[in-house]
Amino acid sequence: MSIRFRFPLFRAFALLLCAPLGGWVVLQAQPGVRLGLIYGEGGGRPGIYVAPVSGAAGDSIRTIVMRDLDFGDRVTVLPKATALPASATIDYNAATRLGINGIVQIVPTSGGATVIVHDVAARQVLQRGTVALPGGANAAPWRMGVHRLSDLAEEWITGVRGIAATRIAYVADGRIWVTDSDGATAVPITQPGRALSPSFHPSGQSVVYASLEPAGSAIYVSDLRGAARRVVAPSGLNISPVFTPDGSGIAFAHGDDFGTELYLVSAGGGSPRRISIGRGSDNTSPVFSPDGRRLAFTSGRSGHPDVYIADEDGTNADLLAALSSAAQAYRSSPDWSPDGRAIAFQSQLGGRFQAMVITLRDRVVKQVTSEGANEDPAWAPDSRHLVVSSSRSGVRQLWVLDIETGRARQLARVAGARLSAWSPRLAN
Amino acid sequence: MNRSTVLAGLTLMSLGLGACRKKPLEVAPVPTTPTAAPGTEAMDAQRAARERARADSLARAHADSLARAASATAAEAANLRAVLEAPVYFDYDASDVTDAGRTALDAKLPILRSNGALRLRISGHTDSRGSDEYNLALGLRRAASARKYLSDRGIAVGRIDVVSFGEERPAASGDDESAYTRNRRAEFEILSGGDALKVPR
Repeated sequence: MSIRFRFPLFRAFALLLCAPLGGWVVLQAQPGVRLGLIYGEGGGRPGIYVAPVSGAAGDSIRTIVMRDLDFGDRVTVLPKATALPASATIDYNAATRLGINGIVQIVPTSGGATVIVHDVAARQVLQRGTVALPGGANAAPWRMGVHRLSDLAEEWITGVRGIAATRIAYVADGRIWVTDSDGATAVPITQPGRALSPSFHPSGQSVVYASLEPAGSAIYVSDLRGAARRVVAPSGLNISPVFTPDGSGIAFAHGDDFGTELYLVSAGGGSPRRISIGRGSDNTSPVFSPDGRRLAFTSGRSGHPDVYIADEDGTNADLLAALSSAAQAYRSSPDWSPDGRAIAFQSQLGGRFQAMVITLRDRVVKQVTSEGANEDPAWAPDSRHLVVSSSRSGVRQLWVLDIETGRARQLARVAGARLSAWSPRLAN
Repeated sequence: MNRSTVLAGLTLMSLGLGACRKKPLEVAPVPTTPTAAPGTEAMDAQRAARERARADSLARAHADSLARAASATAAEAANLRAVLEAPVYFDYDASDVTDAGRTALDAKLPILRSNGALRLRISGHTDSRGSDEYNLALGLRRAASARKYLSDRGIAVGRIDVVSFGEERPAASGDDESAYTRNRRAEFEILSGGDALKVPR
C-alpha cells in the first residue's frame, strides 16, 4: 500500500500551472496537512460510506450527499445497507473489514450541519467543517447547502472540489429553465416564448439569453428569479450570447443582409463592436477561453459550418481541427473547458450530431458519444463532465456524461430540453 | 418537388375559384298544361304563372350574375394574397434561390409593383438537422436571399423586413426528407397594404 495525496486543484489557473507536472502529483506529507484520503493503489476509486444522519431531514441529507458523491464519478459510494455498526465513535477496524476507505459523517446543527470526513486507513479525522443549510428542509437554498456539503467532502477525499453546488440552464418549450446539478428544483426564468441559448454570468447569479421576437431577435440578461433587462434590442438577428470571463461584456452573433458576425457589447448595454471578420459568412456561437484571450465559434466561412478559434478580437482565426473525413463536414457549437485545456463541440457523423472533445495541447479529437444524437455539449466546472441534449432514450433530453469513464446519467425528464449551459461552482 | 408544390397550389386555387361560382342556372319549372278542357280563366292563370316564373328566373339570373362578379373579385384578391404568401423552398444548407424559388418570386413581382403600399416580412426557416444556433443564421440568409432577389428587380428594400426562426417553427414535423424539404423555406407575411389589392395589368 502506498500513501498518495492528491493535489488540490481549486481553480483552472492552478490546474494550468500543474499541467506540465502531469495531473496527479505525489506530495511529501506535512504534519497536520491532509490533502486527500489514504487508500490502496490499484483499486481505482476510494470506497466511501456516508453514515446515517440524525434529525427529521437526516435521511434526505444522506440521500442527497450519496447521490452527489456518486454523480461526481470520483469515489465509489457504498450502499446505505453497508453494515458499519452505528455508534458515537467510528469503528475503524469494522470499516476496514468492510472495504471502506473513507466515512462521511454529518451532524445537523442549528441552521446547518457539521461534516466530518474520516480517513479509515489513518484511523483519524481527515477534515471537518460546517455548512449553513438555510431555508428549511428540502427548500431550494437548503438543497444547495447540502450540495455544498457534498462538494466539501469530495474535495477532502479526492483533492478536487465536487460540482454538486452548481446549476444548469436549458431551453424547453421556448423558455429558459434553471435546475440544480441533480435535476431537482427546475424553475423557468422566462415567460413562454422563443427564448434560446442561455449562458451563465461568471458569478452564476444571472443568465444571458436570446429571444426570437416577431420583428427580430433580442438579447436579455435575467437573474435567477426571472427579473430580466434587455441588452440588445430586436434588429435583425441577435443570437447565441455568452459573457466574457470577467462578466463585463457579452459576445453574440448579429446577422443582417451581409451575413452573421460576432459582436461584443458591454453587459450594461450600449453600442456593440464587431469582433469577427467573416466577410459575408455566417459566424455564431462564440465562447471565450477562461483567460479571455481566445475565442472559439462556429463559422461557415469555408463553405460548411465548422469550429474556429481566434484571438479575442477576432483576428488570427484558424480551423480548430482538420477534417479527418468528408463525413465530418458539419461541426459547430464549441464550449471551452473551464480549465482551458479542451474544447467540446458537435460533429455530424452519419447524419447525426455527436459530442466531441479536442485537447488543445495535441489537438487530438475524441468522440465522447455514440448513442442517439448528442448535441450542444457544455462543460461542468470540473472540466470532466459534459451536459448534452441527447436522443439516446428516443426523446431529446438532457444527459450528463463523465468523459473519463463514459458514464451517462439523465439530468431531467424534460422532453425537448436542449441548448444547456453549466454554471460555475456557486458560493450561494 | 418545389415546382409541383406550386402547381398543386395553382390547381387548388382554380378549384377554389370554381367552388365560389354558383351552380349553373336551372330552368324554371313551367307548370304542365292541364288535360281538362281549357277555359279562358284557366288559360289566363296559366299564362300569369308562366310570366311570373319567367320574371323570377330572370331576377335570379341577374342576382346570380352580380354575385358571380363580386366573388370573382374576392377570389382574385385571395389569389393575389396566395401568390404573395407562397413560400419559397431551398436546398440543404443553402440559401441560393432555386429555379422553383425564382418562379415563385417572379410571380410576386407584378403584384408588388402594382401595389406600392404593400409591405412584406420574409421569415427564413431551416430543417432540423443543423445546429440550432447556426440554423438561425442560415434562416436569415434565406430570408435575405429572397429579399435580394426582389430588390434586384426593383422592389424597394424598405418594403420588406427579414427575420429568421431557424428550425424553431417547422412547417412539417418529423425527421424525414419530406419534412426537411418542406421546412427549408422562406415564408412571406403581408405586413400592410394588403387590404385592397390591385390586379397587375
